[in-house]
Amino acid sequence: MIHSLFLINASGDIFLEKHWKSVVSRSVCDYFFEAQERATEAENVPPVIPTPHHYLLSVYRHKIFFVAVIQSEVPPLFVIEFLHRVVDTFQDYFGVCSEVMIKDNVVVVYEVLEEMLDNGFPLATESNILKELIKPPTILRTVVNTITGSTNVGDQLPTGQLSVVPWRRTGVKYTNNEAYFDVIEEIDAIIDKSGSTITAEIQGVIDACVKLTGMPDLTLSFMNPRLLDDVSFHPCVRFKRWESERILSFIPPDGNFRLLSYHVSAQNLVAIPVYVKHNISFRDSSSLGRFEITVGPKQTMGKTVEGVMVTSQMPKGVLNMTLTPSQGTHIFDPVTKLLSWDVGKINPQKLPSLKGSVSLQAGTSKPDENPTINLQFKIQQLAISGLKVNRLDMYGEKYKPFKGIKYMTKAGKFQVRT
Amino acid sequence: RHDDLKEMLDSNKDSLKLEAMKRIVAMIARGKNASDLFPAVVKNVACKNIEVKKLVYVYLVRYAEEQQDLALLSISTFQRGLKDPNQLIRASALRVLSSIRVPIIVPIMMLAIKEAASDMSPYVRKTAAHAIPKLYSLDSDQKDQLIEVIEKLLADKTTLVAGSVVMAFEEVCPERIDLIHKNYRKLCNLLIDVEEWGQVVIINMLTRYARTQFLSPNQNESLLEESTEKAFYGSEEEDTKDAKAEAASLAKRKPYVMDPDHRLLLRNTKPLLQSRNAAVVMAVAQLYFHLAPKAEVGVIAKALVRLLRSHSEVQYVVLQNVATMSIKRRGMFEPYLKSFYIRSTDPTQIKILKLEVLTNLANETNISTILREFQTYIRSMDKDFVAATIQAIGRGRGPPPCLNGLVQLLSNRDELVVAESVVVIKKLLQMQPAQHSEIIKHMAKLTDNIQVPMARASILWLIGEYCEHVPKIAPDVLRKMAKSFTNEEDIVKLQVINLAAKLYLTNSKQSKLLTQYVLNLAKYDQNYDIRDRARFIRQLIVPTEKSGALNKYAKKLFLAQKPAPILESSFKDRDHFQLGSLSHLLNAKAVGYQELPDWPDEAPDPSVRNVEVPEWTKCTSREKRKEKVEKPFYSDSEGESGPTESADSGEDPVSEGGGATMVAQGTLCSGSEEEEEEEEEEGSREQSEDEEEEKKPKRKEKEGTRKAAQGS
Repeated sequence: MIHSLFLINASGDIFLEKHWKSVVSRSVCDYFFEAQERATEAENVPPVIPTPHHYLLSVYRHKIFFVAVIQSEVPPLFVIEFLHRVVDTFQDYFGVCSEVMIKDNVVVVYEVLEEMLDNGFPLATESNILKELIKPPTILRTVVNTITGSTNVGDQLPTGQLSVVPWRRTGVKYTNNEAYFDVIEEIDAIIDKSGSTITAEIQGVIDACVKLTGMPDLTLSFMNPRLLDDVSFHPCVRFKRWESERILSFIPPDGNFRLLSYHVSAQNLVAIPVYVKHNISFRDSSSLGRFEITVGPKQTMGKTVEGVMVTSQMPKGVLNMTLTPSQGTHIFDPVTKLLSWDVGKINPQKLPSLKGSVSLQAGTSKPDENPTINLQFKIQQLAISGLKVNRLDMYGEKYKPFKGIKYMTKAGKFQVRT
Repeated sequence: RHDDLKEMLDSNKDSLKLEAMKRIVAMIARGKNASDLFPAVVKNVACKNIEVKKLVYVYLVRYAEEQQDLALLSISTFQRGLKDPNQLIRASALRVLSSIRVPIIVPIMMLAIKEAASDMSPYVRKTAAHAIPKLYSLDSDQKDQLIEVIEKLLADKTTLVAGSVVMAFEEVCPERIDLIHKNYRKLCNLLIDVEEWGQVVIINMLTRYARTQFLSPNQNESLLEESTEKAFYGSEEEDTKDAKAEAASLAKRKPYVMDPDHRLLLRNTKPLLQSRNAAVVMAVAQLYFHLAPKAEVGVIAKALVRLLRSHSEVQYVVLQNVATMSIKRRGMFEPYLKSFYIRSTDPTQIKILKLEVLTNLANETNISTILREFQTYIRSMDKDFVAATIQAIGRGRGPPPCLNGLVQLLSNRDELVVAESVVVIKKLLQMQPAQHSEIIKHMAKLTDNIQVPMARASILWLIGEYCEHVPKIAPDVLRKMAKSFTNEEDIVKLQVINLAAKLYLTNSKQSKLLTQYVLNLAKYDQNYDIRDRARFIRQLIVPTEKSGALNKYAKKLFLAQKPAPILESSFKDRDHFQLGSLSHLLNAKAVGYQELPDWPDEAPDPSVRNVEVPEWTKCTSREKRKEKVEKPFYSDSEGESGPTESADSGEDPVSEGGGATMVAQGTLCSGSEEEEEEEEEEGSREQSEDEEEEKKPKRKEKEGTRKAAQGS
């Protein structure tokens, strides 16, 4: 399975290597660098690169390439999914996953990687279990360790490994028992030139933060479970209960986890909460073009649209843009030709707009395509699909937990073609 | 070098040792050589401090291979560790012992693995399973003994071991499919509770197993499509009636009945499509694609489309597989057409794969939508993507409007776009009867501007091929080309010669001299292909005394009707590789790839899977199956109310939760574990009943609403 792992930063330095079988020389990465050069952009590096003796499978996250070296047939998704799990684990351990953070905690990283794979086969990938084997570094613990000489490494086999609920630590104790659920929905949409929707979908997730003592057994039910068309669960969810009663029944892992991701069925029309009016034109005769966009709320169910951010990749021929926003700030990067406009809140009385002119490279003819506009926004306290959690019950423990639920709608991949 | 580190390692203080080890591990991580510290480090292998010990292990595993003699010093510590009462220490001792690649200790490793394989703790047994491939890669002579251990571990009943031992099986003895027989049903039933990585390995192995043991569910589909359906859902009465009719019409072919074990596999893997792990979803999807009856494969589409929301690397792999599937089973993904629409922010490699899928999905009803969508793609800034789109348009079974769209592109300002369109138009014109002299004229004009060699060559070929449709223009083009002949690329030169030859044959009056000129130029070209071609053509078309019999047929040779090119997907026939595999992705056999066998013609004996000890699980599952055959009959006649459903909904949530808690709290002695396992098995069987219901999705949905109504 996975032979070795190399971590490569943006400038092409291998800053960490780990081998689970015999050592593979880091020169194998030359094939990767070659492919990287050919791809021009980081995201276009092929995830699978064959070399004469090995295969290189890589993922690119947080400006770091995680390159796994394998020697024989293995499902590529197996490796890719695992690499993503490694990144998630680092993030969970250190808060952020960056080169600096990994370098600072290189010993913990190494210990964690050692536990995650044995001979290249995943051993422990649940963060609940890993955290019992190797405790995440905190300032307090580092201080205590240096004074008392105790260690970050657990000497007992995490009981979760053996139980029927391998995702949960045992002996969890909290003074305040809380369970929070965030229902987050993202709208993916493509809007065409005239403002009509080409495709729109809602994808949602329920992220949970559960801090409950002991072994609580939770059930979560929805007012309208039929909205959910396609779902994928955390392994803790009992599938047959869902199949028969449309209820989520589970013993949760301790801490943060993603309980469920879902897709709202295509039959339901998707409400598009914002619209973009645009007027972008380049003229052949002059080297000046016109640029004007206005963003406004559409179907927001009376909620405010906030955190609005507009980005747009301008054609190569654009030299500069002279724009005035009615609110927020905007930046045009003349090197990457990326325009971004941080709008903030939309006030329905006074719609935010960005107007001005575009200067084009003299002599060249006008670009034949208009840029697409990418939109980001947030709407608090609204699940755009109308999904509602009915109730949350707890069995198996005596205390009364504090329960909270939050809804939010965000733009996913929201694109307006112009 | 490193004297300070050596000193620290030799000290009595654990904290100093730890500090030293941390610095050494940091060196290893950065890829720096720390092998000269080996003697100093190996001394600490018996250190009491657990973190120091762990780091020493890390060091040992990294450098033992290089310092075999010194590494032997540590062995006795591990042997002691193997007897420790703490299972974590036993396991980690075995892990390190098996990870240091020193051939001398092979017998010791073998012994340790054998012992650990019968350890009380499943965690240690799991570690033993992991150790098997390690030993095998060190010394393949141990294969026979290792197979014995694998056989033993395959019989293990805990979910913890299952994935790891199947992994070992796949690496050591994938050809010993007979070892699986007795464990097949157990593996199917345990599957849902195995950890996700193990699930992937088991599902892939079972796919291969099923291909050798069961009959193809689609073998009679053309003839027996209806009758198979009836065999499953129909009542017995109908069956007998039909059987008679069939017997007459189908020359006594046995109607296909799926082996219950085959069904068991399909049923128990299906819930895993809901896994959060993309690899598991993909594994189930390929299992369904390779093993399920055609009518049931559709369920995987939704799950695969869901994966498209994931990271771009996951998308990349999934789209490759969808592209292959969509050629064979187009209908499966048609409802999700829009999910493959391209966003300007997608990486180019994803865009191109999506295009591939969109093209595969095109049919009469959606072609206009797809072409409209393609029109917007052509205006993209990403030129590679635009070129790919144009090719895709060429591949789509498009009506003439699609050709007109391409012709418009010929006046595009981007040369790459024009060039690509020319190549595609050439192919399209060939497929459609050549009444497009207007287009050819337009293209002839382009020779003045287009510089991309492939496009120039294509235009010249087109003009040559259809020179009779453009009698006035063709000689003029030749004249221009003759002028610039020496500066052209090789492929263009070859086409100029071709054009000259064809014109000479059809219109020798105007082009005789030009042709001679071109051939003379070609005769002294640097490239021998071109010289060869010129000589060959001169002999064929210019009659001389010496020229042979072929001369008469020159016109037939050059202006023969040429079959139109078949534009097909590069993903066609890729499904002879097991989907989801690395080999499939690369379209080349990867090292260690296990060929997916073809279905057998005759089913091998199904009784090999019977477990000797008549366990209660087996018997009941048999009974269940009988029930199932009858169930549809009842539900058909009774309409909406499924009597079997009540058992499920009546299940008490509290007691179930209580059960799990009890086990989790209880100590992990083997007794309670087994109990739980039985519970679980029962669970999965109940679940399987649910699944059976799903064949009538509509009814199910209605029930769902009813239940919701009751709930509220």
